[in-house]
Amino acid sequence: MRDPHLLALTVNDEEHEVVVEPRRTLADVLRHDLLLTGTHVGCEHGVCGACTVLLDDAPVRACLVFAVQAEGSSVRTVESLADHGELSDLQQAFSDHHGLQCGFCTPGFLMLAEGVLAEQPDASREEIREGLSANLCRCTGYQTIVDAVHATACARREAAP
Amino acid sequence: MKPAAFTYHRAHDVTDAVGLLTDLAAAGEDPKLIAGGQSLMPMMNFRLARPSALVDLGPLRRMPSMTALDAEAGTLTLGALVTHHAVETATLPDGFAVLARAMRWVGHLPIRSRGTVAGSLVHGDATAEWCLLALLLDAVVVTEGPSGRREIPADELFHGFYATAVEPDEVVVEVRFTRPAPHAALSEFARRHGDFAIVDAAVALDLDGDVTPEQVSGGRVVLGGVAPAPVRVPEAEAVLAAGGAPGPELFAAVADAAAAAIDPPNDPQVTAAYRRRLTRTLVADACAQAAGGPR
Repeated sequence: MRDPHLLALTVNDEEHEVVVEPRRTLADVLRHDLLLTGTHVGCEHGVCGACTVLLDDAPVRACLVFAVQAEGSSVRTVESLADHGELSDLQQAFSDHHGLQCGFCTPGFLMLAEGVLAEQPDASREEIREGLSANLCRCTGYQTIVDAVHATACARREAAP
Repeated sequence: MKPAAFTYHRAHDVTDAVGLLTDLAAAGEDPKLIAGGQSLMPMMNFRLARPSALVDLGPLRRMPSMTALDAEAGTLTLGALVTHHAVETATLPDGFAVLARAMRWVGHLPIRSRGTVAGSLVHGDATAEWCLLALLLDAVVVTEGPSGRREIPADELFHGFYATAVEPDEVVVEVRFTRPAPHAALSEFARRHGDFAIVDAAVALDLDGDVTPEQVSGGRVVLGGVAPAPVRVPEAEAVLAAGGAPGPELFAAVADAAAAAIDPPNDPQVTAAYRRRLTRTLVADACAQAAGGPR
């Protein structure tokens, strides 16, 4: 291991300490060191968005952040969404609207959508489409993903007008 | 792929960053700065870039000047760690609103959340929106190096093919945009939204409001994707300088002049003729948007 670093990472409100090489991406530390395998890795160069997580509440590509750069920041992954095995509203909407098929891209889309809706709670369907265009899905054709996120946005707006 | 191994060094202020770059280079290392990393990391993951050491500017986000956006007296100053997204969501004065509007073309939200303005300029991709905007609005890149501060005007910044005038031992501290352009727009075409543009065009129109109806009295035309570096097109600017009523006829003449003046590259994906055609379409579109004000 070249130039090992002892890192303190806050992931889903839990403190973790890991010893990693600087070249380890945040995506790989989440998966291999913290065993949080919900974050998926597709292209490893920032195109597909499968590894999207929230870093200090902003959606980022975990393959384009070195874990050493995330020290002192708060990381949220897909594992933070469900509550004791019960799906979150957004996850349930993906199921209800058939917003997934193979499911590989789903964790990235969920975290991207959480990031987009946190910033634009009033997002229109068009704005949701624009936001979701960051990630790739090879199964659904996207319409059902947009449906799921739009339905969640509407339901959240109704719940907290 | 995974990036090659490197050693990691955190800079705690600008002087520290310059010192680390100098010391590492003296020790035979090949250090590189990382800020947002949205250009560098894909290159490292592909192993197109294999720096032996990274100096992280991340801790400098604590310094207010590094993330500040300040507008005064016709100049907009961006700290070196201002992100694309910070510009996108900022309320900018009229003369610089084009910067916020152009951000929708920069990658996608997750890239814009992390990538920095200064990083994009120093990376120097010939189609990067910030490189065009730097030429459009007379940006000045302020760097600090072992021999002190230096100011690099945009027209001396780009050397082509990812090469810029910023030296390997220099750190950008701020970018100043010194030419407000209330009537300006950027337009581009890529096969998928968020990809690097095949061609992009930025236009600023000088409108003479003293006469009715308004007349064009000059302006700038900047192109990306038609040469190894972003370029201004004097031939097209001459058409604007000759003046006329802002409208399809004048804008078509500007677009034709731009398309005729360039010598775009031919590559297996995109022919020179296609880039020329895109140039004509995009320059006319950017002119129309610029004349129409904010969109």
